[in-house]
Amino acid sequence: MKHTSVMLASFLLAGAASAAEVAPQEVAFQDGSVLQSLTGVAGDAENGRKVFLNRKKGNCLACHANSDMEDQPFHGEIGPSLDHVADRMDEAHLRGMLVNSKMTFDGTIMPAFYRADGFVRPLDKFKGKTILSAQEVEDVVAYLLTLKE
Amino acid sequence: MKITMTLLAASALALSAGASLADGHERIEIDGVELILAAPAPDYVEHLDKVMSGWLFRSAETQALELDDFDNPAFVFIDKGIDLFNEVDGSEGKSCASCHEDVAEFAGLRASMPRVVDGKVQTMEDIVNDMRVNYMGAEPWKWSGGEMTSVVGLISLQSRGMPVDVKIDGDAAPFWERGKELYYTRVGQLDMACANCHEDNFGKMIRADRLSQGQINGFPTYRLKNAKLNSIHGRFKGCMKNIRAKPFKEGSEEFRALELYLASRGAGLSVESPSVRN
Ligand code: HEC
Ligand code: HEC
Ligand code: HEC
Repeated sequence: MKHTSVMLASFLLAGAASAAEVAPQEVAFQDGSVLQSLTGVAGDAENGRKVFLNRKKGNCLACHANSDMEDQPFHGEIGPSLDHVADRMDEAHLRGMLVNSKMTFDGTIMPAFYRADGFVRPLDKFKGKTILSAQEVEDVVAYLLTLKE
Repeated sequence: MKITMTLLAASALALSAGASLADGHERIEIDGVELILAAPAPDYVEHLDKVMSGWLFRSAETQALELDDFDNPAFVFIDKGIDLFNEVDGSEGKSCASCHEDVAEFAGLRASMPRVVDGKVQTMEDIVNDMRVNYMGAEPWKWSGGEMTSVVGLISLQSRGMPVDVKIDGDAAPFWERGKELYYTRVGQLDMACANCHEDNFGKMIRADRLSQGQINGFPTYRLKNAKLNSIHGRFKGCMKNIRAKPFKEGSEEFRALELYLASRGAGLSVESPSVRN
């Protein structure tokens, strides 16, 4: 958190130099939330739902129940149900949870979906890579925002 | 957590034939031998009240397969182990049976394995290959190959029902500490430690699988998933790959240390080899 301003500054520089996408190490957190879109492109909730389900991508159902996916067998019990999650968390906080939930829940088992380094012994094919792309994060956020009362 | 576990154990017991509850320990009987599948956690397992066999977390159907050796698919491989035990191989023209008349002489060995010998963690696989290379003049077997798991299964079966009791002090202490460190170290792109699943979340569903404590008292294990006997280090590898971590090698110093540490976390459970899991 101390480095927020530095990170923000480097983001602005890198952002200016490259495309609109925010690189994983440049994401600026504010109390667990990420205010700015990672891509500037609106999230596609329909694709977000697919990413949520995909075992090689979000695989969120491994740990979370979700009534919107009742047709799917076996919902996980490791994390809380994500029913109506958009009533509990706003867009920026949901984005922060996806990028790196450890910024909200220190020591959580939930993986950071948009972090590329600092891992111990990652398999070679995942080295330096994030679990989800920036746009996939935005898509899942858009999908989660549809989960409300 | 406590309530979930009590319910779980109770339902597991209610669903399986041959099981009864005594002294607060879950017990089953296989082929006339009583097995203790839950026991008070040893002091050094700081975050658990009870240590529990993986059997308690499986479905009633999977549990039932283990209760009768005729139903237990692992016994096809145990039979293969008996054949291999009697088979002459290598330059010395000997079989295991040439020197070990009855495999039953190994009763108790599994319960005390792995152990530290000459400054190294020795596993059951090491003993078997030592015999093959140095006593038979034969080629060593692959760590998780079918021959090795069959013979390790056969030797382990001789200890079925005996309480796991590995030495962790003296010259074993540094290896045990290393194993503990590995157990709690987060690895892989998913950034998880063994403890995140098997200590913090056992009893809960992770998608279609109910998480157990990741005990090794039942190895080698017949898995419905791959229809063969699985080695301890093979299972460690699988769990590491699932969290997108580069696994250590079978037989590596790391997996030996982890095996010693995990065996100690099962102290008081019965040797359950060969167990059945999904
Ligand atoms: C390995 C298990 C695991 C996976 C996989 C996982 N989560 Fe989580 N998640 C958790 C846990 C556990 C918590 C509760 C926080 C804590 O105490 O650690 C949580 C919390 C959350 C929360 C906050 C919910 C609330 O009500 O506070 C959201 C939102 C969330 N996860 C979304 C997701 C999404 C979306 C995915 C897939 C992209 C995902 N999670 C994948 C384990 C997981
Ligand atoms: C030429 C004789 C000979 C052959 C052949 C032989 N062993 Fe041994 N085995 C011994 C002797 C002697 C010991 C005890 C000394 C030692 O551990 O080196 C022993 C020890 C063992 C032990 C360890 C017992 C303990 O309590 O530490 C096991 C297990 C074992 N043998 C299994 C096998 C198997 C399996 C085979 C076949 C792959 C085999 N042996 C082949 C002679 C033999
Ligand atoms: C993402 C969660 C997860 C992590 C992290 C994990 N495992 Fe597992 N493990 C599982 C699942 C799921 C199974 C199959 C169901 C069960 O027995 O828990 C399993 C099974 C096992 C078993 C077999 C238990 C039995 O009764 O046969 C062992 C042993 C094991 N794991 C050891 C480990 C070790 C050692 C580590 C750390 C290197 C580890 N696991 C990390 C999910 C995990």
